[in-house]
Amino acid sequence: MTKTKLIALMGASTLGLMLSAGAVSAQQSGYLSILVDNGPQSIATMEAWAEAYKAKNPDVTIDIEVRPGGGEGDNIVKTRLATGAMADVFSYNSGSLFQAINPTQNLLPLTTEPFQAGVQESFKSVVSAGGEVYGAPFAPAMGGGIFYNKPIYEELGLEIPKTWEEFMANNEKIKAAGKVAVIQTYADTWTSQLFVLSDFYNVLAQEPDFAEKFTANEAKFATSPAALRGFEKLQEAAEAGFFNADFGAATYSDGVRMIATGEGAHYPMLTFAIGAIAETVPDHLNDVGFFAQPGDSADSNGLTTWMPDSVYVAKNTASPDLAKDFVAFIASPEGCDVRNEAVGATGPYMVAGCELPADVPPSVSDMLPYFEGQGQNAPALEFLSPVKGPALEQILVEVGTGSRDAASAAALYDEDVRKQAQQLGLAGW
Amino acid sequence: MSASTMAGSPGQTETRAIKRSPYPGWFFTPAAIVYTVLFLAPTFASLYFSLTRWTLFDATFIGLDNFAQFLREPFLIKGLINTVIYAVVTSGLKVVVGLLLAVMLTSQIVARGYLRSVIFFPVLVSTVGVGITFTVLMHPTQGMINEGLAIFGITGPGWLTDPNLALYSVALVDVWKGVGLATVIYIAGLVAIPRDYYEAARIDGATPWQNFWYVTLPLCRPATSTVITLSFIGGLRTFDLIWAMTKGGPGFASDTIASVIYKQYQAGFYGLSTAGNVVLFILIAVLVVPLTMFLNRKQGHE
Repeated sequence: MTKTKLIALMGASTLGLMLSAGAVSAQQSGYLSILVDNGPQSIATMEAWAEAYKAKNPDVTIDIEVRPGGGEGDNIVKTRLATGAMADVFSYNSGSLFQAINPTQNLLPLTTEPFQAGVQESFKSVVSAGGEVYGAPFAPAMGGGIFYNKPIYEELGLEIPKTWEEFMANNEKIKAAGKVAVIQTYADTWTSQLFVLSDFYNVLAQEPDFAEKFTANEAKFATSPAALRGFEKLQEAAEAGFFNADFGAATYSDGVRMIATGEGAHYPMLTFAIGAIAETVPDHLNDVGFFAQPGDSADSNGLTTWMPDSVYVAKNTASPDLAKDFVAFIASPEGCDVRNEAVGATGPYMVAGCELPADVPPSVSDMLPYFEGQGQNAPALEFLSPVKGPALEQILVEVGTGSRDAASAAALYDEDVRKQAQQLGLAGW
Repeated sequence: MSASTMAGSPGQTETRAIKRSPYPGWFFTPAAIVYTVLFLAPTFASLYFSLTRWTLFDATFIGLDNFAQFLREPFLIKGLINTVIYAVVTSGLKVVVGLLLAVMLTSQIVARGYLRSVIFFPVLVSTVGVGITFTVLMHPTQGMINEGLAIFGITGPGWLTDPNLALYSVALVDVWKGVGLATVIYIAGLVAIPRDYYEAARIDGATPWQNFWYVTLPLCRPATSTVITLSFIGGLRTFDLIWAMTKGGPGFASDTIASVIYKQYQAGFYGLSTAGNVVLFILIAVLVVPLTMFLNRKQGHE
C-alpha cells in the first residue's frame, strides 16, 4: 500500500514535469482509488471507464469501492471527507447535496482543467462553490416526469396528456379497465417525492422567482398555490385509488419491472430508470415511453430537469494529476462512448462532442425534444436553491398513504426546510 | 488514594485502609484510561456538541437551540409516544408469554430440552436478519402470512404498510425474537423456588391455579423485575429492528426516538442528533430509575 502510494507520488510528480514540458498525451502510471454508489448502472459505468482507462495506461492500478446510495451514502461521503479517508476520485450528487459537503475545504478545484471547456455551463453552475468548479458530469442529464406503458396506451387508445386533468382522465380509464393506473413504491421512500419534485417546471411557469424567494425565506410551499399543487396532485392520485395494491411495500426495482411489463400504466420517476429497465427487463425497453408531468394549463408544458451526479477529486489525494487525468477521460467524448457501450443511452450528455447512439429507446427519444426547445425545460428546485428538507420523502409517504393532507404536509415540509437552511447558515432564517 | 500510596510493602497490614485495597492505585489506570478515552471523553464531547451547529467540518456554538428545535420537531411527540408504547407492549408481552412458556417448560412435558432450545433460538439470530425475513413474510400481497390467511378466506392487513398497525407488527416481531431470553430468566427463577412450598400448598389442598398464583408468581418476583427492566430499557432504545423493517415508516408512523435521532444524523444535522441523544439519555434515566427503585422496593418487602 505504502509502496503503491509512493509509486503513485513519483508517477504524479514525473507527470507534472512532463506536462510542463508540454507532453500532454503522455501515459499515466500510479494508483487510483475510486468510490462510487452501488446503483448497478453506476458500478457498470465506472468499471467500464476504469477498464478503458487502464487499456490506454497499462501502468495504472485502479481500485473501485462501492458505497450505498441515499442518506446512508451521504453519511459515508461526509464522514470520509471529514476524516481525510476519501478515495482519490468519487461520485456524488450535484446541486444542494454538493453544497453540503463543504467543497471549498474538501475538494480539489478543477476550474482550469482543459476538459472544462467542453462541459456545459448549466452543469458547471451546480458543481461550483466560491468561484471554483469542482466536478465533471458522471452521467447524462435527466428529466423527472412520468413513465408510461406504451402497450396499455395503445390498447385503451389513450393520448399523451398535456394537462393534469387529461392525465387524471387517462387514469380513470385505465382503472376502469381493471389495471393499475399509477405505480408507487414506498418501500424505497425517496420514490415518493417525484410528483412534487417533477412539478417544479409548472411552479416556475407561474412563479418565476420562486427559487430565490424560497432560499431567502420569503416563499413557502404551504402559502404558494403553485408550489402546493405538487402536494395536491399526489393527494388527488392517492384519493382516487389509482395506486397498485402493494404500493406501501413495493420497491423501486418492483416499480421499474411493473412499468416495463405493463403491471402498471404510469410511474413517476427520474429518467435514470431507463438504465435500470435496460438492465433488468431489456425485452420490454421499447414498451416504455415518457412525458413531462403535466401542469394545469396546456399552454405551458415542459420538463423538470435534473443535473447528473458528478465526479470529484478529494483535496488530499496522493495523486492529483492522475486523478485529474482520469476525470478528464470521463468527461471526454471517448468517455461518453464507453458509457454508451456499457449501459446504453439514458439522456443528453453534458459534454460537447458526446453523441447518443442512433437507436435510443423510446423513453429517451420522448425526452430529447424537451431539451432542444427553449423554455421547454427548467431545472429542479434542488439546483436553484441549496435548501432541501430531508424529511420530504416521509412526509409524502404520509400523503400517499392518506394519513396527512396536502396542505398540512406542505406546512410540515416548510418546517423541515428551516432546519436545513439554518444548518447551512443561510441569511434570513 | 493515600491508602494505596502507603501500601509500599505488602507486609504492612495493620491499617484498615490497606486491608480494603490490597492493590496499588496505578492498577486501576489501564481501566481508567480506557474508560476515560472511550466513555467519559465522548460523553462530555457530545454534551458540548449538542450545544452547537455541527457540520463535522466545523461547529458553531448556538446554546440550547438544538434542544428547542428537537422538542419542536413535529415527529418527535409521535416518536416519544411510539417509544413508550413500544417499550410497554414488548416488555408486557415478554413478561406474560415468557412466564407462561417457562411454567410449561419446567413441567414434565415431552421433548422439553428440544422445546427449550426452539424457544431460545431466535435470540441468537441477528436482529437485522430477523427484520428482513419478517418484512418479506409480512408483505401485504406476496407475504407468506397473508397468503396463509388467504387460504382461509381472510384478507390479511398490510402489517407494515398500514400506518395504524406498523408499530405493533414490529413489536410482535420483537417479542418473537426476545421472548426466549425472558423464558430462560424465568426458568432459572422457577427452578430456584424450593419444592417445600409446593408440598405445603398441596397439603393445604391448593389447586394448580392457586399454586401458580400464590406460590409461583410471588416467588419469582426477582426474575420478573429483571425481565421487565431489561426488556423495558431494550424497548426504549430500540432501533435496529425498526430500522430494518420500516425505517420508521410508513411516513412517521413507527418512528421511535432512536430512529428520529438517526434520521437527523443521516440528514447531516449532527449537533441536532447529538442533542437528541442527550434527550434519549435523560428519558431513559427518568423512566427506568423510578421503575427499578419500585421493583427493588417490592422485592425487599417479600
